[in-house]
Amino acid sequence: MDNEELIPVSRRGILAGGAATATIATTPAAAQAPPAEGPPPTATTVLKVNGKAMTFTLDTRTTLLDALREHARLTGAKKGCDHGQCGACTVLVDGRRINSCLTLAVMHDGQEITTIEGLGRPDDLHPLQAAFVAHDGYQCGYCTPGQICSAAGVLAELKAGVPSHVSPDLDEVKATHDELRERMSGNICRCGAYSNIIDAIAEVGGIKA
Amino acid sequence: MKPFTYERVATPADAAAAALKNPKAKFIAGGTNLLDLMKLEIEAPPHLIDINRLELAKIVETDDGGLRIGALVRNTDLAADRRVRKDYAVLSRALLAGASGQLRNKATTAGNLLQRTRCPYFYDPTKPCNKRTPGSGCSALSGFNRNLAILGASDQCIATHPSDMAVAMRALDATVETIHADGRTRAIPIADFHRLPGSTPSVETELAPGELITAVVLPKPIKGAHIYRKVRDRASYAFALVSVAAVIPKDGAPGRLAFGGLAHKPWRVPAAEQRIAEGPKAVAQTALAGARTTPQNAFKTELVERTLAAVIEQAKA
Repeated sequence: MDNEELIPVSRRGILAGGAATATIATTPAAAQAPPAEGPPPTATTVLKVNGKAMTFTLDTRTTLLDALREHARLTGAKKGCDHGQCGACTVLVDGRRINSCLTLAVMHDGQEITTIEGLGRPDDLHPLQAAFVAHDGYQCGYCTPGQICSAAGVLAELKAGVPSHVSPDLDEVKATHDELRERMSGNICRCGAYSNIIDAIAEVGGIKA
Repeated sequence: MKPFTYERVATPADAAAAALKNPKAKFIAGGTNLLDLMKLEIEAPPHLIDINRLELAKIVETDDGGLRIGALVRNTDLAADRRVRKDYAVLSRALLAGASGQLRNKATTAGNLLQRTRCPYFYDPTKPCNKRTPGSGCSALSGFNRNLAILGASDQCIATHPSDMAVAMRALDATVETIHADGRTRAIPIADFHRLPGSTPSVETELAPGELITAVVLPKPIKGAHIYRKVRDRASYAFALVSVAAVIPKDGAPGRLAFGGLAHKPWRVPAAEQRIAEGPKAVAQTALAGARTTPQNAFKTELVERTLAAVIEQAKA
């Protein structure tokens, strides 16, 4: 995958490009040879990233997060812990939020991936992005793309009536601040902007209490 | 992470055949635990068999009034299923008490049963661990063991099983259905599915090499208060110190009680269930018979009793 023309030249772009060049290999997909000798096995995968089909030939070990950051050069999703504990890597796959660090790119062949870049643009913010700005829902901003993708997933889950640990009634799920706090527990903010993050999500979700 | 080859299979029989061809291969579904362990090279399969496209993501009613939960049903979908919410609320509650929203969207029913312990020494390749490296010793016995087992442990391993879901399934007497690499199928009662560590803590379940879980079957619903109470170090997104899955009938009939956070498998003592009417002290006394604690985890015995008190109180409400 090479979409260099879309990215203005920056230190970040050059670093991402260097990593991509180093790891793309060309051996056939689904190779059955034992991986002890020679280059690591690769596989070809098509991901629909933010509405655009992208073909990747990747070392099978490549996580969805690394495919997005290092190969598609979408550096919005962040690598925090790389073990599914911090939520900075959260993206939407077929509309559902997941930790992109804990899944392999090859497992998502044909699926729709939405990253923060697909939710909104600087000149056309997603309502959650605008609300995070209005409510000061961050300090350093590192966790913010994951927080916003997770929040988009949370609002969809609430709309679908998916219960949570704090739902008093499993059958009648009501959107409350408590529900938001529980549902956002997989997204850590070391700056501690939690209360403003909840206010921002509540505003977009029309959640009063 | 060690390099591996990868293939995607379309049917359970293909999955089983692929496993037969590659004895060291691992099945991958949600991957939330397996990839975590592969990054640390605690797991290093040379081949991954991706089973995500198998037709095992449905929940269907069984002839005898229960539910057959496909192995690939995601934790979120199982917890949110209308039939599970209504008739097996203890299972919904247990699932929702576990992990984070992102992980529940990915983690599967079968994978949840097969997740590995979060014992800190299992996760630390620089330290001995009989589960990770058989025969190397157990660092936890004299190490940091505050959250480790007080029941059913051995001098080889005091790890706990981390699942919440499995504790509710134990209370509900679920059955695990599998297919062998040669195509044979079998049904394993959940009581027998997970093993105690004994002298082989690296062998955690009854599954044979290459045997694939296809479904978990719940018997017909049990009426009563369905409760899952989990006590942990923070309010959300943490493993249990102690958890209780309970189904307590309103008419005073014996209920069901299974415990998490105490052992290498969900813990259930039928004799303790007969004593619910006598109160939490009596139940805890029977449930914890044979408990062996360390100075760090001795608090769990009292925490079991207090958690039971809260559960029994809630059941009366």
